Amino acid sequence: MLDPKIRDDFPILSLEVNGKPLVYFDNAATSQKPQAVIDKLVEYYETSNANIHRGIHYLSEKATEGYEESKKKVARFINAKSYKEIIYTRNATESINLVAYTLGLSSLSKGDLVISTEMEHHSNIIPWQIIKKHKKIDVEFVPVRDDYTLDIDEYKKLLQRKPKLVTFVHASNVLGTINPAKEITRLAHKAGAFVLIDGAQSVPHMKIDVEDIDCDFLAFSSHKMCGPTGIGVLYGKQEILEELDPFMGGGDMINHVTYEESTWNKLPWKFEAGTPNIADAVAFGATVDYLEKIGMRDIEKHERELVSYALDKMKKVKGLEIFGQDDRVESRGGMVAFTLKYAHPHDVAQLLDEEGIAVRSGHHCAQPLHEKFKKSTTSRASFYLYNTKEEVDKMIAALDRVVELFHS
Amino acid sequence: MDLYKKEILDHYKNPRNFGKIKTEAKSTHGENPSCGDSINMDIVFKQGRIENIKFSGDGCAIAIAAASMLTEKVKGMKIVDVADIGFQDIQKLLGVEVSHSRKNCAILALNVLRKMVLQELKQQK
Repeated sequence: MLDPKIRDDFPILSLEVNGKPLVYFDNAATSQKPQAVIDKLVEYYETSNANIHRGIHYLSEKATEGYEESKKKVARFINAKSYKEIIYTRNATESINLVAYTLGLSSLSKGDLVISTEMEHHSNIIPWQIIKKHKKIDVEFVPVRDDYTLDIDEYKKLLQRKPKLVTFVHASNVLGTINPAKEITRLAHKAGAFVLIDGAQSVPHMKIDVEDIDCDFLAFSSHKMCGPTGIGVLYGKQEILEELDPFMGGGDMINHVTYEESTWNKLPWKFEAGTPNIADAVAFGATVDYLEKIGMRDIEKHERELVSYALDKMKKVKGLEIFGQDDRVESRGGMVAFTLKYAHPHDVAQLLDEEGIAVRSGHHCAQPLHEKFKKSTTSRASFYLYNTKEEVDKMIAALDRVVELFHS
Repeated sequence: MDLYKKEILDHYKNPRNFGKIKTEAKSTHGENPSCGDSINMDIVFKQGRIENIKFSGDGCAIAIAAASMLTEKVKGMKIVDVADIGFQDIQKLLGVEVSHSRKNCAILALNVLRKMVLQELKQQK
């Protein structure tokens, strides 16, 4: 386990909620921010604020440097070849949409196949439904088996239909399942497809190496990894990004403009129209520094130990059913979705909130997955580097009280 | 634990007027898509009144307790009076103040009931 002193880095963790110390277990929705990131944000506005790529004055150069430095850090963090492969968006959702609206609109045509999975967040379902409407493509979903893993045999069968794109979630935001990204990618490439990975729930929690996985695109969000909201990342292989048309048009993404036509800027700027979210990008650079200082492998180990501890305890709560793998901790992320036989997920979340414990209830933007397993909604506790076993104990005690209240 | 006081839990665990009416009833369905609460309501209207009412469905304690209490209140009432029932009345029935995030749970049954009552009033005219 990581040293609990880490908690002192996060000012919000000293809050009291409903008279009780905050227990924040909603990290899959968004994570809390360390002081170093908050300070960087303030420092940027106090000492560096200007527009980037536009001026030759001191502040503009300083802001530009901070923005580009952030991209270099992110490139190094996921082992991309260069910052040219790092495009900033608003969030992982926008990153996926960027691929849909560029590659999807320009390279897909009627009858082409896109393979996705039944485990996806809505953000990796809806964009393809929109492209399906525009381009009359087919979208197929790799089934989730009863053990909450992807049916790789079915996937291989679908690959025989020569898909143009395979897109899948690396770590499920509900089941906790971590999919074998490298193997799925290898098989997709063998079939001639591009590969887009939704890394929103994996990049914050484990060491990701895009060269090793060999995916063509990877989408993730800063705010789920201790960074500011409003910054998402799309990693793309340089040679593929070079070939794609821009996503949005406007300032900074151009090379030369006439009234009739324009040429595009170099990578990665070709995909970033208008003034970007400079301040949050700069603070995101500090976020990467923070996570690297702690170490992604240690963060992963910490969460694995915590989720294993939580699963053991949760299984003993009367009437509690875990939605996801409850034994294979080695292929599982640090979150647990569950239902209680006697209480609705909304009531569970509300009663836990009264104890200062923040969990999420709902369908977690994965409605089709819930419907497949005949669940309307679930509660979800999701952990991060600053959570402790003592906090899990508090949740277990609170869940026992919910059972008592509803079952008696 | 104000929201989960005895009366609310009692109505949740043993909802009144729960089930379906097999004959001569009108039926409507309502749901809160974000939380999965879903309620079906059967009503027999007779001579400007609600003669019989039953509901079925699935939801949180607030949604089910509010539906149970509401059906108890409106059974036998004149439908013109039912049309005047609002969120405040539901809070009074529940006996607690309902927070903004739970308002949709509390008024789900009321929304279904209002829809049916307004339709009935329209047909009478």
